[in-house]
Amino acid sequence: MRRRKVEETVLKGLMIASLGLVLASLAGILLVVIHRGISSLSLAMIFMVPEGGYYLGQGGGIANAIVGSILLAFGACLLSSLVGLPIAFALQREYLGPRLARITRLSLDILWGTPSIVYGAFGFVVMVYFGLTASLLAGVLTLSLLMLPIMTRSIEEIVRMMPQELKETSYALGATRIETTLAVTYRQALPGIVTGVLLAFGRGIGDTASILFTAGYTDYLPRSLLDPVASLPLAVFFQIATPIPEVQQRAYAAALILLVIVLVVSLGSRLIGRRYSRNVIK
Amino acid sequence: MSLAVAFANSLLLVILIGLFLQSKPILAQKSLFHLLLSSSWHPGRGEFGFYPFIMGTLGVTALAMVLAVPVCLLSAIYLNEYAGRRLRETARVVIDLMAAIPSVIYGLWGVLVVVPFVRFLGEAFDHPTTGYSLLAGGIILAIMVSPVMISVSMEVLRAVPLQARETALALGTTRWEAIKKVVLRSGLHGILSAIVLGFTRAFGETIAVLMVVGNVPQVPSSLFEPAYPLPALLANNYGEMMSIPLSNSALLLSALILLLVVGLFNLMAHYTLLKIERG
Repeated sequence: MRRRKVEETVLKGLMIASLGLVLASLAGILLVVIHRGISSLSLAMIFMVPEGGYYLGQGGGIANAIVGSILLAFGACLLSSLVGLPIAFALQREYLGPRLARITRLSLDILWGTPSIVYGAFGFVVMVYFGLTASLLAGVLTLSLLMLPIMTRSIEEIVRMMPQELKETSYALGATRIETTLAVTYRQALPGIVTGVLLAFGRGIGDTASILFTAGYTDYLPRSLLDPVASLPLAVFFQIATPIPEVQQRAYAAALILLVIVLVVSLGSRLIGRRYSRNVIK
Repeated sequence: MSLAVAFANSLLLVILIGLFLQSKPILAQKSLFHLLLSSSWHPGRGEFGFYPFIMGTLGVTALAMVLAVPVCLLSAIYLNEYAGRRLRETARVVIDLMAAIPSVIYGLWGVLVVVPFVRFLGEAFDHPTTGYSLLAGGIILAIMVSPVMISVSMEVLRAVPLQARETALALGTTRWEAIKKVVLRSGLHGILSAIVLGFTRAFGETIAVLMVVGNVPQVPSSLFEPAYPLPALLANNYGEMMSIPLSNSALLLSALILLLVVGLFNLMAHYTLLKIERG
């Protein structure tokens, strides 16, 4: 008996230690990035584009990257919700047979797990095929492919939770499938939709490998869809690699801004999801 | 709607075909076998040996799994079986946050913290190193894959019915024995899937690894030596690859290999998980 008790205690200790290690590594990441970032963050950093000699440590900021990242993520979010929402609704049993629904779920799951560098390479191939150069448009298209499975799959999980009785009530009143989907299911799933879209937004805005070849990088703000565009992840990636300390400082600032955006979006999606759930019939 | 569904279902195939067509020129000239097993990477001379890169990828991934699997499983078991509701919910939020952090930030943290740490370790073990090494890549990857491994394992453990535990406890087992003999055994397939999902994430992760692993095309002979994983090769060389003949094709072949390996393992894992979900 004693040995069994000891085994229990030892294992439990190991578990607590493991959990502590996981939580501590997150805390460590947040602390280091915030600490380094704050000391190099300034108003000029946020509101100015790079000036001459910026990459040698002269004046300017990363407004180009902030604006670029937001444009990329918004555009991609819009595009993939245009495709993703219909898929999420179509996966209900009214529309798709169980077999096709299962296959679709499985392919979305596999797409979700596909490395973003593969999307980047594929996006580049398509871009070259159509004679495009690295641009906002190409970046948005590539990023939207990456976002599609994330958004669709998480919205679909919520749509599936919806009580069948509610839909049947709507059918009993004579509503068609589409009417029911748009008037009842959509309403009911709205918190989940917001969460899913924000989740995809957060993933998209932080993704580096997929836009590395497709969006390009520039010191200017984009004037059209066909201009190359800077982005925060690439701003971190390029600037940390330089040997000049002043420029490295800017990588920390860019990382902090990116981190804040991602964390705000991630926490915000929970709060908004909860807020919108007022209209949901339980 | 059907159009959108058709799009989702064909996307994977389109990507596969696109990458395959692009990598055909190199496959026409060299055998796949030769490409995979040759260590000579000299695009200028037309030699494209993927061996060091494949070993680099396998090296960092294996290391990450060795570090992450025990820690993640133990954490997931604790959260699901021992922890109170408050701790469980808090931990879930924290793990979601961890999953949301962009890989470039993990990479930055790696450069600032892990690389100096490995350099220090190297000196302590009489193994001088710059710190940009297999070990640094493995550590960063281990941290990056933990959110997915923990959250999927928790889902799997939660799907094991409560009665299973209660029956074991009623027979006089300790809690750990009930977990070991009943819960883990019936959740085995799901847990393996969680591990496989972590593996595929590690296998395809690009930017964070690229930033800390050193990027020297060699088969690393110790943990403290630099390595050069496949995704990093792709990311580093894409810009200038258009000028050298076949280089384009070779790099897209590496993307195809990545997609095939990751896709295959993902397919197995998700198939199992969907089956568990349906009960």
